[in-house]
Amino acid sequence: MSLRLYALQRMTAALMIPLIAGHLMVIFYATHNGLAAAEILSRTRGSLFWAAFYGAFVGAAAIHAAIGLRSVASDWTRLKPGALNGLMWGAGAILLALGTGAVIAVVMP
Amino acid sequence: MKHPAPVRPSATGHRRNTLWLAAVVHRLSGLALALFLPLHFLFLGAALNGEAALQNAILWTENPLAKIAEAALVFLLGLHFLGGLRVLVIETLAWRDNQKQMAAAAATVAAVAAFIFFIRAL
Amino acid sequence: MTSETISKTLNVSIWRGAATGGYKSYSVPRRDAQSVLDVVTWVQRHAAPDLAYRFACRVDVCGSCAMTVNGRPRWTCRSHVAKVIEDGRLQIGPLANLPIVKDLVTDMSVFFDKWHKARGSFSGRAGRHDPMAAILPDSPQRAAVDEAIECINCGICYAACDSVRWNGDYLGPAALNRAWTLINDQRDCSNKARLQAIAALGGCQNCHSHQTCEELCPKGLNPTKSIAGLKRLSLAAYLKGDLA
Repeated sequence: MSLRLYALQRMTAALMIPLIAGHLMVIFYATHNGLAAAEILSRTRGSLFWAAFYGAFVGAAAIHAAIGLRSVASDWTRLKPGALNGLMWGAGAILLALGTGAVIAVVMP
Repeated sequence: MKHPAPVRPSATGHRRNTLWLAAVVHRLSGLALALFLPLHFLFLGAALNGEAALQNAILWTENPLAKIAEAALVFLLGLHFLGGLRVLVIETLAWRDNQKQMAAAAATVAAVAAFIFFIRAL
Repeated sequence: MTSETISKTLNVSIWRGAATGGYKSYSVPRRDAQSVLDVVTWVQRHAAPDLAYRFACRVDVCGSCAMTVNGRPRWTCRSHVAKVIEDGRLQIGPLANLPIVKDLVTDMSVFFDKWHKARGSFSGRAGRHDPMAAILPDSPQRAAVDEAIECINCGICYAACDSVRWNGDYLGPAALNRAWTLINDQRDCSNKARLQAIAALGGCQNCHSHQTCEELCPKGLNPTKSIAGLKRLSLAAYLKGDLA
């Protein structure tokens, strides 16, 4: 893999340190009495903070996962560079699109 | 005529190395999380159709199998997160020698977190 | 001769052929303090005169006798049969990740080509009339060099490395370890080009820190640690815009 992809992977990883820590805390908090849609949405709807938090998380995760998938495919399959890049961009696009949809779904007022 | 696969010398005995296992676990947990993410996003996207739609989706996970799967995901996330933290430390800070202990600690903490999640969910 | 050395035989299987071939079984007399190299030598002298293998010093110094023993790359002259035998089984093959010339002999050209690609050779600019470089032995840079300098290119780390196995472009632990010793050598003047070389497509960023190299290096070196140092340097240079 190129140094550029490596750098992006590590930087998105570093960015996600506080985001994952925060997400794990959210998971444990939100499930303390069982999950409830009303509870979740009352926290996230109209919230700029959660929009920024999960927006950043989706962006970083999409990049990080796409590059990671490319690495794994490069090591463990016989795909050529063109196909590997296609896989990376495709996976990234899907994760970004679905992730953005999910963030919008929970933060729209 | 069927040609048998060429026989090659075997050379994978070195894989009993703990840190090799840590790297493979990191890779496989990342793969699992990457495959899970689209489902997670689609699930949350139910909220686009209103609160009731999201609540229905949540009810669909109120069963033991789903709780086991969720605990497994917490475990995978914890593993990948803490293992990745160890990699970032190796690659950006001065070298430290206790890599095997760090890898074992990462796995232990992730397992404990997942276990706590699971018993709370029951 | 003690009584332990008589009438015990060892069943050993040795790779015969090249890229394709098979393990062939031989019955070898078992002796005290027998090394795997002793076993291979006995087979070539008494059972299979056409068996191809490499060795030189026979005493743990040169690294020429490296082979895969029960799945792990080792120096066969220092591998006592008693210590490496598993359930009475001894399997000997050529080093992995290298083209096989014949039987236990591999073609190491690609290993040395990658050494060059990583700029693993010294280039200084001082001449005979310049003053000698004053290098303090306990400076952090020299300490880093000293830790990694003893590599004798035996190829074991390269054969053991899964990143090498999975990625044909990857320069590998030995080449990158040597590059690290030169990057820390104050007398070397080609570090700009060297940094480019170790951060190029097959460079240090492909290492997944398995540390198999460290586990198996007969000289006790740690290429993963050297490569981690290269990663720090190349990432810093990249973020500063000094690298392409």
